[in-house]
Amino acid sequence: MNPPAPAALDRGALPWLFATALATTLPHAEHQPVWLSAATAGALVLAATLWWRGRRLPRGWFLALAVVAGCAGIVVEFRTLFGRDAGVAMLVLFMALKLLELRSLRDAHVTVMLGYFLLLTHYFYSQSIPTGLWLLVSLLIATATLIRLHGGPASPALPTLRYAGLLLLQAAPFMLVLYLLFPRIAGPLWGLPQDAHSARSGLSEQIAPGSIANLVQSADIAFRVRFEGVPPGRDKLYWRGPVLENFDGATWRRRPAPGPEPAIDRQGPTYRYETTLEPHQQAWLLALDAPTTLPANAYLTPTLTAVSREPVRQRQRYAFASAVEHRFNLDEGRETLRRNRLLPGERNPRARWLAAQWLAQDADPERLVGRALALFSGSEFAYTLQPPLLGENPVDDFLFTARRGFCEHYASAFAVLMRAAGVPARVVGGYQGGEPNPVDGYWVIRQSDAHAWAEVWLEKRGWVRVDPTAEVAPARLESGIAAAIPAGEPLPALVQFDADWLKGLRYRWEAANNAWNQYVLGYNPERQREFLSRLGLPDADWRSLVGLLAGACGGVLLAVVAATLYRRPRADPALRLWRRALVRLKRRQVQPAPGETPLALARRLAGQRPDLAPAVAAVAAAYCRARYGPDGDLETLRTAVAELP
Amino acid sequence: MLAPKIVAERPIDALLQAAGRVVLGKEREIRLALACLLARGHLLIEDIPGVGKTTLAHALARLLGLRFSRIQFTSDLLPADITGVSLFDRENNAFRFLPGPIFAQVVLADEINRATPKTQSALLEAMEERQVTAEGETRALPDPFFVIATQNPAHQIGTFPLPESQLDRFLLRLELGYPDRAAERALFTAGSQREEAERLHPLLTADELPRLQSEVAAIHAAPALIDYLQALVEATRRDAAYRHGLSPRAGLALLAAGRAWAWLDGRNMVLPDDLQAVLPAVACHRLRSAQGGGHARAEDIAALIRTVPIP
Repeated sequence: MNPPAPAALDRGALPWLFATALATTLPHAEHQPVWLSAATAGALVLAATLWWRGRRLPRGWFLALAVVAGCAGIVVEFRTLFGRDAGVAMLVLFMALKLLELRSLRDAHVTVMLGYFLLLTHYFYSQSIPTGLWLLVSLLIATATLIRLHGGPASPALPTLRYAGLLLLQAAPFMLVLYLLFPRIAGPLWGLPQDAHSARSGLSEQIAPGSIANLVQSADIAFRVRFEGVPPGRDKLYWRGPVLENFDGATWRRRPAPGPEPAIDRQGPTYRYETTLEPHQQAWLLALDAPTTLPANAYLTPTLTAVSREPVRQRQRYAFASAVEHRFNLDEGRETLRRNRLLPGERNPRARWLAAQWLAQDADPERLVGRALALFSGSEFAYTLQPPLLGENPVDDFLFTARRGFCEHYASAFAVLMRAAGVPARVVGGYQGGEPNPVDGYWVIRQSDAHAWAEVWLEKRGWVRVDPTAEVAPARLESGIAAAIPAGEPLPALVQFDADWLKGLRYRWEAANNAWNQYVLGYNPERQREFLSRLGLPDADWRSLVGLLAGACGGVLLAVVAATLYRRPRADPALRLWRRALVRLKRRQVQPAPGETPLALARRLAGQRPDLAPAVAAVAAAYCRARYGPDGDLETLRTAVAELP
Repeated sequence: MLAPKIVAERPIDALLQAAGRVVLGKEREIRLALACLLARGHLLIEDIPGVGKTTLAHALARLLGLRFSRIQFTSDLLPADITGVSLFDRENNAFRFLPGPIFAQVVLADEINRATPKTQSALLEAMEERQVTAEGETRALPDPFFVIATQNPAHQIGTFPLPESQLDRFLLRLELGYPDRAAERALFTAGSQREEAERLHPLLTADELPRLQSEVAAIHAAPALIDYLQALVEATRRDAAYRHGLSPRAGLALLAAGRAWAWLDGRNMVLPDDLQAVLPAVACHRLRSAQGGGHARAEDIAALIRTVPIP
């Protein structure tokens, strides 16, 4: 017995299928190999051209050859046919080639279903708002294509799209229920999206002249903070990153060394806050100096940096409490103090000579700190993002020749001077300041807030933060980098936009992103439990979740069915326009009497309100024609209503 | 705007003007009478003698170029006096039917409530069936066939009031009423209007009227208007002031009269305005007051219209 002949595909459906293929594959062009994108585009163009000219589709052997060539290309590119990248590349390839064999309705269905599946794959790479919006549009197109396939040539484009939109809207309650109630799995199911892993700029484990100045060019968000209650003053906001104790004459490096927990002595109030850290592939959590309460899976290094046990690979929330006024490690270990006085033998001789001179005059460490700061606050030093190149002895070059530099230059030079004078000193990397977003109240700390400062250890005071940048450019701490950079110097992107509307727009966009991160992407098992206990279901296990899910879906279904059955008839469009006109007339103290027809109203007004009468007469006549006439002419009525005073 | 004013060129308007010159000061009533004719309905004029009922009927018949006959109803009028009788023709040795006065295109049935119910029903049957059955033979009445019946107000002595079911067969009922002062003065100075009516020339040919009637029947009635029609009919049924509401036939009559009214206005669609305009004439004789038993008055209908929102 022969299988039944496949149902033929009508010509008009093909543009829909092309649109579906384009919408569902296009975002992959960003990360897949160029040759694949070119091949996909080529297949699409070829298919569209053949359709336009009404030519025959290529024969089977051509497609078989293309499949083999494409798979070979993928194997060469990815060394495998499996896994995320290779798998997605294969799907894109198949989608492109399927366009060249769209003969029957079955082929069209395969294409649309493949499109739906491809939609999912985008989330492997990005889960941002624009991606979500694009996928929503693609979903609409794919669904409309499906409707078009079933509706036949009689369905015009716009109503089809509207119908698809209606269907998706009706599905939205189910989506919401599934999203909220489907048992969450701790950790990502298929691996993280690319944008969680991508090497974003951020603080590194070492600081050399120029490293922070580069970082500051980026307006990317490093993390967001929400304070409980009033936040500390902006100049107190030192977000601590790596502490760099190892200096080779040019570069400061982190040197992890075992040691006791830091001993913190609170001197003022404690501030509670929650940070949402963007992934930066490092372990430090950038807590406010000095953290007194840490999240569960974090600890404090001997140098007071809060670190997580694992590098931060995805956006995550941490709750902290910090004492901004504090002292720590008053009895620092001997070994640590010795290490923080070390300087490499031959380099930066002039700096060491200067420090030796100061030491000879006055050996008191506090006064030595004061002398060094006084040096920077003198008029010779300038704060700039474009320091001149420094040579073999960068600290000497900076202190005695260039005298222009960014925070890392000052922090580094200060620490070198202190070490040369025998005072234990080190450089701390982190962020300073931040900017509150008035839209949602979150503080936003960007890469452009990256900062380096110094710490010295003083008898009876422990480690004391000294920020030499504050001496050169006090504005850096008070109002941020844009205020501190001298006029005329190019500013980091985005930081320079001071136009209010642009700022407002940025605040809003970032607040939207933040909300998306917090509530949509950050909806993890913990949040789900929180949500369910607020619903009165504490400790819901997956069984009760499944039950709840079934119940909620049933409830939504019933509601939808009830709404469909009892749907009130929609008012006639002409009547809606007439009612709109009546609302406007009411504002001018005109109302139809009970049982008064539009024309009668117009006649009455002709005597009473000559100012309104002509416009009302026009509306009444157009309304009568639109509502009672054999051919409802809405346009005239719409214009007439619009022209109503 | 709504009605493109090609109106002045239409013969129907010339007709209305000509009738207005004969029946003075009654433009609206003339218009209603004409609408009734165009809607293929029969007209009942209820008023005291001497206000121009006969003149109006006469004038319309003349202007439309229709054959006219008049039957004066009296208490001794027999059905055969209306439908006709068969006489024995000696020459042909057979009965020959002498058609009665009903075999005309416009029949004026004057003072219909003076005749006995038996005679009344002979007329009303002919109105409904548009044919006459006499002595076993059915004879079609001419087309168009239009009855204008007049009756004296029910309180006048010596009348057999038409029963409900008979009244329902009249599409419209009019009251002419006294002419206003100016019209009456013009009447007094001009002399006999009845003779004026005799001198009128037809403005339509006999075959034009059916065409106009089918034009009227084709006037568009939108779903929204049908909604209003239903709302009006239902309002009469809900209203406790009347014994019964309007029947479905009355609803059809309202729509047909509304179509004719719209057509006279030069429109190709029926508006709520049209229904409101003809509603008193359609409803008054069909609605009997729950208390007292008199018919609804035009003011009652106007009040009823105010209670029905226009959908």
